[in-house]
Amino acid sequence: MDAEVTLTVDGTAHRLTVDTRTTLLDALRERLGNTSPKKGCDHGQCGACTVLLDGKRALSCLALAVAHDGAEIITADGLAADGELHPVQQAFLDRDAFQCGYCTPGQICSAVGVLDEVRRGWPSHAGPDLTADPELSHDEVAERMSGNLCRCGAYVNIVPAVQQAGGGQA
Amino acid sequence: MTDLLEPRAIGRDLVRRDGVAKVRGTATYAYETPVERPAYAHPVQATVARGRVTAMDTATAEGLDGVLAVLTPSTAERLASTEDREFAVLQSDEVAFRGQLIGAVVAETSELARQAADSIRVTYAEQSHDTELSADRDDLYAPGKVNAGHETDTSEGDVAAAMASADVTIEQTYTTAMYHNNPLEPHSTTALWDPAGDGHLTLWDSTQGVHPDRAAVCEVFGLAQEQVRVICPYVGGGFGSKGTPHAHVMLAAMAARALPGRPVKLALTRQQMFFLAGYRTPTIQRMQLAADRDGRLSAVAIDVVVQTSRIKEFAEQAGVPARMMYAAPNRRSTHRVAALDVPVPSWMRAPGECPGMFGPEVALDELAEELGIDPIELRIRNEPEVDPDTGKPWSSRHLVECLREGAERFGWADRPPARHRDGNWLVGTGVAASVYPTMRQARSTANLRYEDGRYVAEIGAADLGTGAWTVLPQITADALGVDVADVDVRIGDTEYPIASVAGGSSGTNTWGSALVVAARAFREKFGGSPSDGDEVAGDVDQAAQDEDHAAYAFGAQFVEARVHADTGEIRVPRLLGVFAAGRIVNPRTARSQFVGGMTMGLSMALHENSVWDPQVGQVANHDLAEYHVTVNADVGDVQAHWLDEHDPFVNAMGSKGIGEIGIVGTAAAVVNAVHRATGVRVRHLPVTLDKLLPGL
Repeated sequence: MDAEVTLTVDGTAHRLTVDTRTTLLDALRERLGNTSPKKGCDHGQCGACTVLLDGKRALSCLALAVAHDGAEIITADGLAADGELHPVQQAFLDRDAFQCGYCTPGQICSAVGVLDEVRRGWPSHAGPDLTADPELSHDEVAERMSGNLCRCGAYVNIVPAVQQAGGGQA
Repeated sequence: MTDLLEPRAIGRDLVRRDGVAKVRGTATYAYETPVERPAYAHPVQATVARGRVTAMDTATAEGLDGVLAVLTPSTAERLASTEDREFAVLQSDEVAFRGQLIGAVVAETSELARQAADSIRVTYAEQSHDTELSADRDDLYAPGKVNAGHETDTSEGDVAAAMASADVTIEQTYTTAMYHNNPLEPHSTTALWDPAGDGHLTLWDSTQGVHPDRAAVCEVFGLAQEQVRVICPYVGGGFGSKGTPHAHVMLAAMAARALPGRPVKLALTRQQMFFLAGYRTPTIQRMQLAADRDGRLSAVAIDVVVQTSRIKEFAEQAGVPARMMYAAPNRRSTHRVAALDVPVPSWMRAPGECPGMFGPEVALDELAEELGIDPIELRIRNEPEVDPDTGKPWSSRHLVECLREGAERFGWADRPPARHRDGNWLVGTGVAASVYPTMRQARSTANLRYEDGRYVAEIGAADLGTGAWTVLPQITADALGVDVADVDVRIGDTEYPIASVAGGSSGTNTWGSALVVAARAFREKFGGSPSDGDEVAGDVDQAAQDEDHAAYAFGAQFVEARVHADTGEIRVPRLLGVFAAGRIVNPRTARSQFVGGMTMGLSMALHENSVWDPQVGQVANHDLAEYHVTVNADVGDVQAHWLDEHDPFVNAMGSKGIGEIGIVGTAAAVVNAVHRATGVRVRHLPVTLDKLLPGL
């Protein structure tokens, strides 16, 4: 069964017809030709497909496109839409926080989400106090970024990159 | 001796040239190639481990609107060569392992292809299968050679006599698990068959070598080289699993040939990768060490048992590193193989060395404990003056220096006593050595041209995240004596000259040597002021090749492990490696390589384990939720350091390979640290809390 949806992707609105089984990830990659979000597992187990969905980080492989009519999606490519790299992207470059690059757009969208969550005071398992404002400590960043697998093993560079983008720590 | 380059760009910490495209996600991987009207292929896999397909009911699939082609063993084209049975896709009704490709559906959308593939009803004549590896099987055999062309068995002196007369002996069996490479980018191919003339096949394939990939495809389909082009500018990780093509590449090409003029995209699912993309065999390693009271080894023996598939032999050379690592007059190594009804094993990061340094480096730790000698000192006492395997002198060997510098940096001298307790945590430190051979492949050619004021080199090499896009221009610039900003190196396309696979940590050595030959020939021919269009080629076989020395990179890895006294939870807050790997071409990308290898070694030590279910004949945990790899929160302080090593024999860059050595030895260092913390010796990977709890 097909359905029509409108998706605003990296600032551009698209009206498109999707199979009701089409995930948001496949709608982006196979219908709209935006391959910045990656498919690593298609089961929400690796994080490579992470995008910002209505402002929050989300696994686009676990979202059905038909359920997100009208949604606003930002991919890693859209974070640099004006040609200028986002501070998180610049920090990943500065810290060599990737090798093969396949998990990278997802890591970067996830990191943008993490920094926003920390700014809003959302607690995590790594924080000592659920009611205190979280700090961008190593453990706090590592915990929050653990939904994004990196098989090349760039984690020791990803954490300082996120800290750098978040305001100078590391 | 090689004519060493004067390093100017070499050694500089340059940012990755492909970095901006990767942080934006605009680097195009194989499946992502923009093509007109792509069709989508979805494989059908066997659901028995051995038998024959007797019928495939494809009526439902064929009746679905939008299905373009259904391939089965009875409808698929006959291939020109079925000699390599992994590649003989859909050529018979025989099923040799569960998950084998037995069909495919091509459709207008990926959803439809998958639905149609799932709708195919398959009937089998099932036979009993045999998939369980053990060291006491009566059908183990000695292969002709083991991987990388090594001798199957070696023997010198009399190990049994040395064991009988030694002051101290260690005799233990160690095992490493089955591992799956699991690069984050699933194995993917976009294939287009143009039927005009004799026909032409374009493959955008995720591969560690476009040229070897093309050679395999040409062989299987009986096509001339000019009829096939393979393109792969970016590889989303491989770690060996994309070093050779696997069956799905042939399936994608067959699907494209069934739909001339229409590009077909095929990506294995993560689950399918556990059947079809290669894996590291489990290893069983029986170790024997004999030593005197001073710790001088009189015997080193390793007897390895591994598995392969019944349709294709891959014999992992896990007994090889013990042949050359330490001095001992009496030595033995053997490899025996069980051919089972299992998927085809293949390369995974440091095949041979990675599993093969686990048993020996843990056994050495056991010996050190038995003797009451510091494990670093024990290794130093058994340092060989020449390669014990070949008798050749070392091109350079700085293992002792790595151990000493690592000890200094790690704070080894102040390490806590055995079974030290810090609150609820037991704390221990451990060490192990690393090694990886310095290899150069036989064939690679670089073209170098002067074009619009820039030097442009072309070579069909690959960058799987290793940094080749960045490092090869550095080498070329120094060989030309120009600024690195004036050099472009283009890779990842069979339109460029032949290049070897990115494997065996040999890429920079091989391709870099070809680039240096080309650059020097260019200067000789055209001098310092070339004209537009001036061009030469350089072959690696024209580079000086030393045959008189044994060339290896060495390293030492240090681990701090903490084990929770009540729960057995294992944490590794510190991992530190020191490597002697010749000259480092780019410290930024090199550090990522070392640290990445060590992180994968930590993953092997604590998490990774493809759990085999012998009843159904498959990996039970075949996805990333259950096949655990190290995540960010598992990793603490991981440091890689290197010595300023000068090796005049290896190549013009003075560089050894660095892509694999980081994973070698890590797991042994973790086991040794956990033993120091808890008193529990884990000889069977991974180290999990259930193995520790009974001893706490």
